[in-house]
Amino acid sequence: MHPAFSVVFFTTATGAGYGLLALLGVLGGFQIIPPDFWLGFIGMGLALGLIVAGLLSSTGHLGRPERAWRAFSQWRSSWLSREGVASVITFIPAGLFGIGWVFLGKTDGWAGIAGSLAAIGAIITVCTTGMIYASLKPIAQWHSRFTLPGYLIFSAMTGSVLLNALLQGFALGSKILLVASALLTLLGWGWKLATWRYNDRLEISTNANTATGLAGGTVRSLEWPHTEENYLLKEMGFRIARKHSARLRQITQVLAFVLPLGLLAIVFALPWPLAALLSVLAAAIQFAGMLVERWLFFAEAKHTVTLYYGR
Amino acid sequence: MTCLPSQSGKKLGLVIDLDTCVGCQACVTACKEWNTGGHMAPLTDIDPYGGHVDGVWFNRVHAYEHTTEMGGRTVNFPRSCLHCETPACVTVCPTGASYKRASDGIVLIDEDKCIGCKLCSWACPYGAREFDTDVGVMKKCTLCVDRIYNDNLAEEDRVPACVAACPTSARHFGDLGDPLSAVSQLVAERGGVDLMPELGYRPTNKYLPPRAHTTRAASVAAPALEPVRAEGGFLGWVDRMLSN
Repeated sequence: MHPAFSVVFFTTATGAGYGLLALLGVLGGFQIIPPDFWLGFIGMGLALGLIVAGLLSSTGHLGRPERAWRAFSQWRSSWLSREGVASVITFIPAGLFGIGWVFLGKTDGWAGIAGSLAAIGAIITVCTTGMIYASLKPIAQWHSRFTLPGYLIFSAMTGSVLLNALLQGFALGSKILLVASALLTLLGWGWKLATWRYNDRLEISTNANTATGLAGGTVRSLEWPHTEENYLLKEMGFRIARKHSARLRQITQVLAFVLPLGLLAIVFALPWPLAALLSVLAAAIQFAGMLVERWLFFAEAKHTVTLYYGR
Repeated sequence: MTCLPSQSGKKLGLVIDLDTCVGCQACVTACKEWNTGGHMAPLTDIDPYGGHVDGVWFNRVHAYEHTTEMGGRTVNFPRSCLHCETPACVTVCPTGASYKRASDGIVLIDEDKCIGCKLCSWACPYGAREFDTDVGVMKKCTLCVDRIYNDNLAEEDRVPACVAACPTSARHFGDLGDPLSAVSQLVAERGGVDLMPELGYRPTNKYLPPRAHTTRAASVAAPALEPVRAEGGFLGWVDRMLSN
């Protein structure tokens, strides 16, 4: 599948944003994090900023973005529509929670309830994003039991590493959050390795025989219907060389998992402000790594239409 | 609504005979000609005379080499929308632009509602949907909905343009929901198949596989003629005279 940057950035940014929002909603709402103005302003600003930037980026993928409002109508059948609805509804408790925290200095009572609702909305929205991909049968690498948990794990992972950077920046870092974000990064790494291992061993029953209805023997593409690449090949016939794929998988592992883990381990032993600096660095590097991971998620996904082209 | 309608039982579709298709591309050009002025018009061409020709087509004819233990052969393979019974392209649509008609099962797009998110083309395993980059919306085969019900056309012309154009009658149009229809009987008789049945889209269109190799016809790789054994009688005399 063609890795459109608008969609790669969208899923990575909203994943991190919703992860951070969910953590702020729960930890803020239950008074585990103090209702500090600047912490709320920057934290909620970062979470909602990532979400809004991601959602705006996703409209860059549309052919007719001015009609995007129509996408809220088909939530009965469409995961994309459900994602749109869930993302907009989540803004309501998230906005109330942000107002309570930043402008009223209040994160308990109704603001606390709004925080919890925002966290639930964030989790639901990430689930709908994952299901958009997991529900697509023509793409075996996505239509697997690894996709939905992957989106949730990576959202929690990037969100917790971001929250750690934020709290360390305010000298409010906690060892528990540090351990949690390191463990989530470890979990993300393991999940990604397991996903790649599963995809590499995937035995897909759909082949050129079933695609053409020609039973038995071999079916070899002799001639394409067109001389130039068409929409199908540009959008779904994207191919990545095996050696590039292997190198990018290494880059993903180093940036998204290994370096953040190493930096978070060092943060344990460092005082503020060095701890804050390395925590921010860990979050930034991980975000870059997740962009590579999401690019590969698309580039390595093979659509059944490529079978018609002998690919 | 992109939820699938409860069907009336009528399932209009195509039956494509891979045995007789000669790959002439007449259906491709007839489709383009009709539909660039039809329901989903225009079928935009990008840079049609340049070096990077691209454009929207509803029907594409591939050529394959199918090799089995019985030998090999070329199979021409027209590919277009199969008007599936459970089309994921419809249910994934977030806007309601994609829909399946309850009355006859035709899968269509309302161009005015399409936001061009392209998700339907990802959900179609057959590559039936093509994005029009110029208009910014998705386009697909309409089963010539503007021909088959068109009272302004003579009755024999109320078939999809691709069917009307086929010089070898490799394309058949009819109601596949009616087991007594000519197309349904053709499918039953010739063992028509679904494409990618394992994905569960339940396509309406069927493909008739090429007929089995026959041993009746002379093989092009037949051994050289062997000398005729000398016979007696008149023919033997003729043979001896001619052999001298």
